[in-house]
Amino acid sequence: MSEPLTLIDKSWFAHEIVRRDDGASLLWVDRHYVHEGSFHAFSQMKESGRGVAEPGLTFGVADHYVPTHGRDQVIANPEIAAMVRNLEANTAESRITLFSLRDPRQGIVHVVGPEQGLTLPGLLIVCGDSHTSTHGAFGAYAFGIGASEVAHVLMTQTLWQRKPKRMRITVDGAATIGVGAKDIALAIIAHVGADGAQGHAIEFGGSTIRALSMEGRMTLCNLSIEAGGRCGMIAPDTTTFAYLKGRPYVPKGDALDRAVDDWSALVSDPDANFDREVKLDGNIIAPIVTWGTTPDDALPIDARVPDPAREANPVRAKYLRDALDYMAIAPGRKLTEIPIDRVFIGSCTNSRIEDLRAAAAVLAGRVSKVPGLVSPGSSSVKRQAEGEGLDRIFRDAGLEWAESGCSMCVGINGDIVPPGERCASTTNRNFRGRQGPGARTHLMSPAMVAAAAVSGHLADVRPLLAGRKL
Amino acid sequence: MEKFVRLSAKACPLPLPNLNTDQILPARYLKWPRSKGLGSVLFQDLRFDGDGNVKDFPFNQPIWKDAKILLTGRNFGGGSSREAAVYALYDHGFRCVVAPSFGDIFAQNAVKNGLLTAIVSDVDITDMAAAISANPERPVVVDLDSKTIACGNRIYEFEIDPVSRNQLLNGWDDVDLTGSYRDRIAKFSTEHRALRPWVVPARE
Repeated sequence: MSEPLTLIDKSWFAHEIVRRDDGASLLWVDRHYVHEGSFHAFSQMKESGRGVAEPGLTFGVADHYVPTHGRDQVIANPEIAAMVRNLEANTAESRITLFSLRDPRQGIVHVVGPEQGLTLPGLLIVCGDSHTSTHGAFGAYAFGIGASEVAHVLMTQTLWQRKPKRMRITVDGAATIGVGAKDIALAIIAHVGADGAQGHAIEFGGSTIRALSMEGRMTLCNLSIEAGGRCGMIAPDTTTFAYLKGRPYVPKGDALDRAVDDWSALVSDPDANFDREVKLDGNIIAPIVTWGTTPDDALPIDARVPDPAREANPVRAKYLRDALDYMAIAPGRKLTEIPIDRVFIGSCTNSRIEDLRAAAAVLAGRVSKVPGLVSPGSSSVKRQAEGEGLDRIFRDAGLEWAESGCSMCVGINGDIVPPGERCASTTNRNFRGRQGPGARTHLMSPAMVAAAAVSGHLADVRPLLAGRKL
Repeated sequence: MEKFVRLSAKACPLPLPNLNTDQILPARYLKWPRSKGLGSVLFQDLRFDGDGNVKDFPFNQPIWKDAKILLTGRNFGGGSSREAAVYALYDHGFRCVVAPSFGDIFAQNAVKNGLLTAIVSDVDITDMAAAISANPERPVVVDLDSKTIACGNRIYEFEIDPVSRNQLLNGWDDVDLTGSYRDRIAKFSTEHRALRPWVVPARE
């Protein structure tokens, strides 16, 4: 009998070309996604006089800098225009397929990869973006890398890595109405801490996770990095295979049957060992919001923000004071008493069709008390939402319906939260200044953002769902 | 890549936890080319307020202008994978960051650029910060071979991933090293595609 293996081990060994004595493994990369931010890597590659080793396994998407308004016009800001042009030139020169600004497939790289069927179970996927962990939702081994590593992958289609430790996070039980993948993810992050999974690859399991749709699984795996994890994975199952079937780059016919047979073996063996096990009860997870400046500053909506005066540890007390000071929240204040200035629905975390439906279900027939922006995760999601009439619901509620991109999650395309303003946001990072200098961010699910919009303050979505069709 | 063996320099204490890459280098500077010198905007929003006024932040003190070692809190460099955060530290003059823990991607990016990430306990950070405050001019000595930091009157041991240590000590270039495995990569690639035909993207 061979030793039982985890899904993480199986994925690793299937891509390990060689292992050095010091423990470094050379891994084969099946898919490499690049975006405007990959310009440092293309420069490094050119400086070394080399070219792209496997253009057929490399795909480009314009997302980080793209404008969400006036797509048919020339980009007004010359620096931003240059970032998009640079990606177009670099990919064209290297014969890399690019989904650029006016391509009907354009969108956020972590939405587009799965949507086009480029992301598949059993693949090793990298991208110069920390939220590459998203693709683990399909049972892919997917992680973010920096510019030097992007350059290395461009030139060799391989990467040197040390095998991470293995962590299993199990969530069992039925999530209640109004509680979704974002709440589960924030509950996990609050439990293990923003650096709790550092040095670990995560496998998510348990009945709560199994019950999630692919969109929900992507939200969960996307946020693995916010717990410090190297990657997050979910074993592929019938939900995964049903999502994939018929997508442009997915194998067809007999080739698909063969693939599904192989993918069905991508599970942890029953007696496989994990370096760390974490268990959560899915029955008791409530809608969650963040109050501070790291994603583990997360609490159920009916709670109060911490009071530094009641914190015994002086280092922690100082942290709490600084965070509350930046967020301009009085110690001990009830979360539901915190007024907001605007909302944002979008980002690689929560901008897929199911996310838009969840927000629209709350907003339908209601009006937002604050301004807000809705940026669908891809041009294809945008068309689908418009076909379902969701755009009308957002517009009638008083929110802006925009084009697809990273937008107000990172603010580098010009969509920012003005200094001092407070935003209820479906994004992934509540870091100081993340959504713009001086911006204050509260992370939550799309349904909770919608609840905050119609209430004008942080609010529990559950009473607002009474009698609604979901 | 520049080798890292031993460094004797001033160490600037910045004992804050969770200084993520958005704090190290705000996203609006990511479109700057490296040649523009990212060191000038390192920790920009912690150093200056929205109107450009200087805030109370260690870097703004002239004494730390030539510090090459940064002493900081846990979870340094978490968040975004932006390697430009490492460029900003390096361009400012830093060659070593000492902290209780680092974001994984940041630590990988650091080693590729010759920046040492040394892991010590919270207690040792506090201890070293106190010694430095008592005598800021006294150099701190970081020795990668023995994995030690001499600070004040004590020697502290630090941890680092053995692969990163090897790479820094030897100044290895990854791409050159990978080139020596060219034949094995080609063989792997052929076998991988034969064994798992679905790894190749299907034609649209």
